[in-house]
Amino acid sequence: MFSNAKLNEKIAFGLLKIATGMVVAFVLVILYYIVSNGYSAISIEFITEMPRSRMTEGGIYPAIVGTLYLIIGSIAVAMPLGMLAAIYLTEYSKPGKTTWAIEMAINNLAGTPSVVFGLFGLAMFVKYLGFGASILSASLTLALLILPVIIRASQEALLTVPKEYREASLALGVTKWETIRKVVLPSAIPGMITGAILSIGRVAGETAPILLTGAAYFLPRLPDSIYSQFMALPYHLYVLATSGTSIAQTRPIQYGTALILLIIVLCVNIVAVSVRSHYRKKLKR
Amino acid sequence: MLNRQLKEKGIESLLFAAGAAAVLALFLLCIFLFKDGLLLFENYPISSFLTDTKWYPTSEPEHFGLLPLLLGSLIVTVGAILFSVPLGIATAIYISELADPKISNILKPVTEILAGIPSVVYGFFGLVILVPIVQKTLQIPTGQTALTGSIMLGIMALPTIISISEDAISSVPRSIKEGSLALGSTKWQTIYKVTVPAALSGISAAVMLGVGRAIGETMTVMMVTGNSAVIPGFPSGLFAPVRTMTATIALEMGEVPQGSDHFHALFAIGSVLFITTFIINIIANYIKRRYRFNL
Repeated sequence: MFSNAKLNEKIAFGLLKIATGMVVAFVLVILYYIVSNGYSAISIEFITEMPRSRMTEGGIYPAIVGTLYLIIGSIAVAMPLGMLAAIYLTEYSKPGKTTWAIEMAINNLAGTPSVVFGLFGLAMFVKYLGFGASILSASLTLALLILPVIIRASQEALLTVPKEYREASLALGVTKWETIRKVVLPSAIPGMITGAILSIGRVAGETAPILLTGAAYFLPRLPDSIYSQFMALPYHLYVLATSGTSIAQTRPIQYGTALILLIIVLCVNIVAVSVRSHYRKKLKR
Repeated sequence: MLNRQLKEKGIESLLFAAGAAAVLALFLLCIFLFKDGLLLFENYPISSFLTDTKWYPTSEPEHFGLLPLLLGSLIVTVGAILFSVPLGIATAIYISELADPKISNILKPVTEILAGIPSVVYGFFGLVILVPIVQKTLQIPTGQTALTGSIMLGIMALPTIISISEDAISSVPRSIKEGSLALGSTKWQTIYKVTVPAALSGISAAVMLGVGRAIGETMTVMMVTGNSAVIPGFPSGLFAPVRTMTATIALEMGEVPQGSDHFHALFAIGSVLFITTFIINIIANYIKRRYRFNL
């Protein structure tokens, strides 16, 4: 009986190890294929030149620029809004219907499929507000998509600031807002910024929402205003990999584009994680 | 003094407005989505939308049947869950209960990489690597099948399932586990008779959120499932191309004239998708909240 239980345990633990090994293998296999096939495509010209000969040659510069514009546009809208909302939720709101409604809205926005955000952006920004298929419409759509990420990360950062800090400041007769501004925020800001950094990765990789709100198949020149259409890295990859007559011919460009996307996302994650851990250590001290 | 109070009030109102913006955003999203979706039913009966088995948006007469797309989403999602739930929970147990803390600290960020990879990159990987493998292994005419989509979506749902299950499992109090071990149970008996049941509601929330992630995924399924709008059989449909709700919206929206019935039909599909994920989220959050109070 006893040895039976021990045997079962061995088998079970073996299976758990195999499962974990498989998950790690998925990560490694995906990274390996993209990196090993993509690195030879990447060069200075690849990231600084326009596509040539109907996108079968040349670089991906306009797609990089487009993605950069989307990052700037959506972060500029979502970061202040998300941070202020997080301050309200952690520092001011009291349990009740209003708070419940805000929390519920954030949870549901976080779980809404990105293509639904695309439909919304199309109906509201492109059509109703008349922004057209443009950088502006796509940035606003993406801003809504990342708003819950930024709010959650900011709330978490604010909650790690010890209560004693606030109480000490309030006890000195400092007003609530002054306390938040001078005492709470300085220690919470790095954590709040982490959320914004993480959402850069999200913006860079999202395809479905921009597909419906302004991403272009190909543009001969860079966008000249926020009302212009744009090229973007993820959509560029999708287009090259699925449509046209030269899919096999442009495979190196596809791998190169996928690798650039992967590098952006991984760098962003590494930066975010190191900011967070650096600052957690500082707070502990 | 009065000035100071006024400023405090003003700031509080501003912050409240920012919080309320989230509610406003969700409200507007519903309005705009449902408004354009409901316009379909001016010209096309809602009963046909719900029961017609054909999605032929450009034929004469047009067929806007939800069923093939809904079932397409369902079969891909079920496949993904069958594959990722056991794998995800097993990994979560290993990370929180068995692995050396040093190894856990490496494993956690490694699994988080999966959450960071953009869906279009998964789609590309699936298309270039997995599709040919599926085709060759199963000896079928095309590797773009529901199964291929399920595997890719399963991998994509893993980080959600792992991280939330792991949270739930590691929040089970040590005293409960030690009690079980003290009674002479092995470590494994303790895990599957005590720890996992205690964490079960958290794990279910993780599974629900994984389902939500899989149903809403667009680019990956669009690139690897072949996109043919037929009602899939089960399980034979796993080995044939399918078309999901998400892929339909993304594929067809570029080509429809704005304001046409087809345009509104895509919004109707979007509304169904939104309502589905909305319900899933509500359930997941309800379960999660319950377990938080219990422990």
